[in-house]
Amino acid sequence: MSATSESLGLEGAIPLSYQGPAPTRVVAGFGFWLFLLSDIILFSVLFAAYAVLSSASAGGPTGAELFDKRHVFLETLCLLTSSVTCGFGSLAVARTDGRAMFVWMVATLVLGATFLGMEVTEFSGMVAAGAGPSHSAFLSAFFALVGTHGLHVGLGLVWLVIMLLQVKTFGFHPMVARRFFCFGLFWHALDIVWIGVFSIVYLGAH
Amino acid sequence: MFGRLSWAVIPFDQPIIMITVAVIGTVLGSVLGLVTIKGWWPYLWREWITSVDHKRIGVMYMMLALVMLVRGFADAMMMRTQLALAAGHAAGYLPPEHYDQVFSAHGTIMIFFVAMTFVVGLMNFAVPLQLGVRDVAFPVLNSVSFWLTATGVLLVNLSLFVGEFARTGWLAYPPLSELAYSPGVGVDYYLWALQISGLGTLLSGINLTTTILKIRAPGMGYARMPVFCWTALASNLLIVAAFPVLTATFAMLLLDRYADFHFFTNDHGGNPMMYVSLIWIWGHPEVYILILPAFGVFSEVVATFSGKPLFGYRSMVMATMAICVLSFVVWLHHFFTMGAGADVNAFFGVMTMIIAVPTGVKIFNWLFTLYGGRIRFTVPVYWTLGFIVTFVIGGMTGVLMAIPPADFVLHNSLFLIAHFHNVAIGGVVFGVMAGYNYWFPKAFGFKLHEGLGKAVFWCWFIGFYLAFMPLYALGLMGATRRMQHYSNLHWQPLMLVAFAGAVLILFGIGLTGVQLAVSIRTRARNRDLTGDPWNGRTLEWSTPSPPPVWNFTQLPDVTRADAYWAAKQGTGPSLAGRPDSPVEALEVPRNTPVGIFVAFFATILGFALIWRIEWLAVAGLIGAVAVGLWQAWQKNRELIISAEQISEFDRLNMRGPA
Amino acid sequence: MQSSAPAQGHAPGVATRTGHLGRSYLIGLGFALVLTVASFWASSTPLVYPRALPILIAVLAVAQMGVHVSFFLHISSAPDQTNNLLALAFGVFITALVVFGSLLIMSNLNHNMVSMDQLMQMQR
Repeated sequence: MSATSESLGLEGAIPLSYQGPAPTRVVAGFGFWLFLLSDIILFSVLFAAYAVLSSASAGGPTGAELFDKRHVFLETLCLLTSSVTCGFGSLAVARTDGRAMFVWMVATLVLGATFLGMEVTEFSGMVAAGAGPSHSAFLSAFFALVGTHGLHVGLGLVWLVIMLLQVKTFGFHPMVARRFFCFGLFWHALDIVWIGVFSIVYLGAH
Repeated sequence: MFGRLSWAVIPFDQPIIMITVAVIGTVLGSVLGLVTIKGWWPYLWREWITSVDHKRIGVMYMMLALVMLVRGFADAMMMRTQLALAAGHAAGYLPPEHYDQVFSAHGTIMIFFVAMTFVVGLMNFAVPLQLGVRDVAFPVLNSVSFWLTATGVLLVNLSLFVGEFARTGWLAYPPLSELAYSPGVGVDYYLWALQISGLGTLLSGINLTTTILKIRAPGMGYARMPVFCWTALASNLLIVAAFPVLTATFAMLLLDRYADFHFFTNDHGGNPMMYVSLIWIWGHPEVYILILPAFGVFSEVVATFSGKPLFGYRSMVMATMAICVLSFVVWLHHFFTMGAGADVNAFFGVMTMIIAVPTGVKIFNWLFTLYGGRIRFTVPVYWTLGFIVTFVIGGMTGVLMAIPPADFVLHNSLFLIAHFHNVAIGGVVFGVMAGYNYWFPKAFGFKLHEGLGKAVFWCWFIGFYLAFMPLYALGLMGATRRMQHYSNLHWQPLMLVAFAGAVLILFGIGLTGVQLAVSIRTRARNRDLTGDPWNGRTLEWSTPSPPPVWNFTQLPDVTRADAYWAAKQGTGPSLAGRPDSPVEALEVPRNTPVGIFVAFFATILGFALIWRIEWLAVAGLIGAVAVGLWQAWQKNRELIISAEQISEFDRLNMRGPA
Repeated sequence: MQSSAPAQGHAPGVATRTGHLGRSYLIGLGFALVLTVASFWASSTPLVYPRALPILIAVLAVAQMGVHVSFFLHISSAPDQTNNLLALAFGVFITALVVFGSLLIMSNLNHNMVSMDQLMQMQR
């Protein structure tokens, strides 16, 4: 018996917390999970600001007047589907299937880019119509919250491109696999934040 | 081309600043010159600047903190001097526009670049050693975190002679901090310095939390961790949860200032009070981030120097985690007077009193540990006893102000100032000084001079009471904070006593430097040859002083709490899991300049954003990203330490299985 | 007998039940689509009592987040997921605190704030 199981008075399995340092994959994944949670808390502050300021339209346009729900529904479908394609891509990485990984990840890229393109169109339309962020606290909060989410999506897409290049250089080296895994966490978390966005901002508009 | 930057922003017409800059420039120039002449750069670059070793990074954090202590205390001396002079018709020597920058810089530096930095340094140094492992979870990220903090320090100090600093206090409330009322670069310096160093702190929080939860020696379950590691866990969880709030809130203020947004402006529907609420959602956990590791240090010191296990390990852990959670439900007590109704005020007042309970549990546990022990009155114990008395007083004045009606009289008075200095100095400063003296021999292989250490303590202890007890009285008499001048001559004697106290503390800070110099000079006499100068209880004392890069030749096999103590006493098995197996080669992370290069570009980015130099900001951003991409393509990141090298080291340090 | 899980548990996102990997994503997609359509439909139909709409949307949103956490991130109450679940719970606690705490406090402050008309009258 090991010293540990003896000290615990066990003859069977040693609980996880006594088994010594975790493997690198677990450590990297958990660290990234903590980072994601911190990011979600950052979003929660922007959500709070939006919730507080959503009626402060200073005589200018309100959400109900500006938002197009069908446009948002399409954006939502894009992002949701991209989460699933990302999931299938992760499975391909796990079984080191380069071709399948490439197909699923490019699909994720295309869907994510479509989402972003639609959002950019929406933003520029609003600015052109005199509803830019400097017009009221409500609009400031809207652009900050939804814009920050869009920025995260954009950075995610850049990250994905970098990951595809890394596979080209290193193949499915454990380091690359860990990073793909973190990307997957990131991408799913962004979709979770989007659920909050479309529910509170767009469907909750008044 | 250069945005708002021009020669006119350098305050040539302000003698105080120019003299200060000349002094700093001379000191800095001398140090850099000395290093160059002696040819120390290659050593410094190889062994310290590019180091990813948690021990080296921890030491650098603490050195940075001590240097910034001098800067922050200089601000304090300036304020105390001004207030000693500026009574009645006398105007003092510091005009209001300058005084405002001094108190803003004082608070910002002391909280962010002295207290946070020292505490993070202690945790970085001690936690992996106490957990019986080789390093933190993400060593390269650790280096990045440190250097980003240094960037923040650099930017704040640059504001002294290139432009100006914020005049808005250490939290920069709008609408004063909005562009309309602070059109200069001061608030921008404040915001960017803290955003950049805040990112470093957040990454450090993620790093240490992951380390404590996922990387511990075999057999070290949660209930066998030292209490310092539990308090470090709670503190770092708070960092991960609270710092994003600071980042987001500052980002909104930055958007207001840079892009004409209206989160906190007076017009277009903005709500300045929302900033106050959000910033204190960060601000209150922040003070617990600072105090919890200090509590951890006291737990270790009390147990070690009483020769007894810490009383009430379980209740200590539960109290720590309770404080961690409760620290998030009290924040409104920082703005009782700003318009909330009586019911909301009452709720937060009650929660504030409740959070004092687990702290009380800790105090009793420390007292019960000391009781019946054979106490050795070393320097760390002096700091601990000083803390117990001082912190309790500070805590009681806090509970007093937790009563909203009382706070309506005392909010923003000198009573408040006295309270938070009471807990910050009595708690955090005393804690880091105890930790500094306690772990110094482990870091450097020789002890600090005891006599001088005690002298430093007495200067701080007596100096603190002289400096701050009068402020309680003054606050009750109606004196407000951030006051550059006052008309009531009856206040002046108390201000003079406070000034005397500050001088005594200044002497104590000076003696700290003397203590260090003397200790280095006489280090041959004070060598720590066994690695265990205090007859300690926890795993770090089972390593040589200083430990090798790899910390432990073999990770200890832990079978109980205080496993090292038990092994020494013969009441527990030796720490070596496999004493007869041969020494194996080890992999350690390779040193890398990624940290300092990222920080270099971050400094350029920050400076360019402050002065609105767009092309330079883009260049800084591209540079930082490029460093990251370069790092992403590094495959060979480990250094192999051969078995021969390890055996040789062990032989020289006469190490066998513990 | 050593536990088959690695030391200190699995990272989040690692499916621990082999053989159900791909299906997990498809089931999750199915649930998420239903919940999304329901949300959008509820907000534009006259069939839902207007006062109840915000709560309904909130419930649907929380349910969908749960679907993501469970089917895409594979976080569960398994013993090797404890750290991940606790971290998530802490994050949710803080998020709820920030959002609802801010709303409560700000509305309380607004309620006590002198109204614009009164303010104008006081100026005279």
